[in-house]
Amino acid sequence: MTVLQVVALALVAAGGTAVVATRDPLRQAMVVGIFGLSLAALFLVFQAPDVALSQIVVGTVALPVLILFTLAKLKAIEGDEEDDE
Amino acid sequence: MSLAVRRRVFLVAAAGFGALIVWGLTGLPDFGVEIGHLGTRIAHAAVPERHVTAAVSAINFDYRAFDTLGEEFILFTAAAGVALLLRSGRGERERPHIDASPDRQVPETSDLVRVFGVGLIGFTLLLGLYVVFHGHLTPGGGFQGGVVLAAAVLVVYLAGEWVSAGRLRPVAAMEALEATGAAGFAALGLAGLVAGRAFFQNVLPLGRSGQLLSGGTIPLGNLTVGLEVMGALLLVFSEFLEQALLLRRRS
Amino acid sequence: MSVLPYLVVAWLVLCGLYGIVTSRNLVHLVICLSVVQSSTYVLLLAIGYRKHGLAPIFVDISPHSPVVDPVMQALTLTDIVVEATVSALLLALTVQAKKRFGSVDPAELDPLKG
Repeated sequence: MTVLQVVALALVAAGGTAVVATRDPLRQAMVVGIFGLSLAALFLVFQAPDVALSQIVVGTVALPVLILFTLAKLKAIEGDEEDDE
Repeated sequence: MSLAVRRRVFLVAAAGFGALIVWGLTGLPDFGVEIGHLGTRIAHAAVPERHVTAAVSAINFDYRAFDTLGEEFILFTAAAGVALLLRSGRGERERPHIDASPDRQVPETSDLVRVFGVGLIGFTLLLGLYVVFHGHLTPGGGFQGGVVLAAAVLVVYLAGEWVSAGRLRPVAAMEALEATGAAGFAALGLAGLVAGRAFFQNVLPLGRSGQLLSGGTIPLGNLTVGLEVMGALLLVFSEFLEQALLLRRRS
Repeated sequence: MSVLPYLVVAWLVLCGLYGIVTSRNLVHLVICLSVVQSSTYVLLLAIGYRKHGLAPIFVDISPHSPVVDPVMQALTLTDIVVEATVSALLLALTVQAKKRFGSVDPAELDPLKG
């Protein structure tokens, strides 16, 4: 196993821990993006460029954006309920 | 169950579960050892048999295309499910909305973001198309390119007025895009049957490997999957955005 | 050292499960689930890895050079796309839970209310 692979694996393990430990979903959306990038780096050193590319677009674009949209929507629902009262 | 009790129960269970996982995983062959020869055989068959240089694309869109068809329908169904869930109950809220604080400050999109965003739209679209069309030659393909193409539309949202993005996201067109992609990929499979061969067997000339027009049906598979992924993602995004859209348009 | 990837896999599973069990917010829970799922990518690619293998892209290498297992990579690709759709669906369910119960805390979701 090469040094790069060990470093990338350590980064992924640390990133996964950081995602779980971040309790605020808004911050988590950012942390999960960084975790996604570290996974992509791991896939590159595992000689899987196809998978790395797909992890970059899904893990750092699609997933954080979906989380942000969900949070915006949850907030909008909250605002609507306050209007009702 | 209180959180503290729940945590304690989990830690006990996790200790056992963790030990079991580690015991099982460490019983696997060492990292880097070849397990079975299927992978190597398929990888070395991709160029002579299918004239494509990216073995992963050859597997996804030829050797295991039937599997990809199933995956595509997972995507299709999930997008439909999201639309169904988020649309339900929308009617009950479509009363004239009274803004509780009409004079609050909504941050304007800064000119810098707008200029960069407008510049990025073209590049992102081009990158997406490149990734889709070179899927059988280099890393990439329909799945990755489709997400990039959907991201290009998101940049419009980032950069522009929501009103113009609203004009750019006609839901009917997205649904049509998604359905065309899914149906197109299924049709590729049927084409094999029509030609009297196996489901998803190639029916087009293979061309010379390494060239853009090569690989038979594989580039078409990339294209249809790319359309499907783009349509599905845009549909999901726009369903989630509906509310934010109303908020911003009002301000 | 040759079991390090597998240990990382086990760590990601347990870490994500801990987040799910102790979560106080459904959005947080969905993201923790994505951490659990990412362990499967690492596992699949670790199994498919070959010592001294190259990436299975035959643009500038000979068609007979040793490569890593492309079947595992195709499986992982599928896995990633499925994870994105599952997350989207679960986030939509979270929005629905907020509409019905007025909360995204799993502890406050009353099963009888449904």
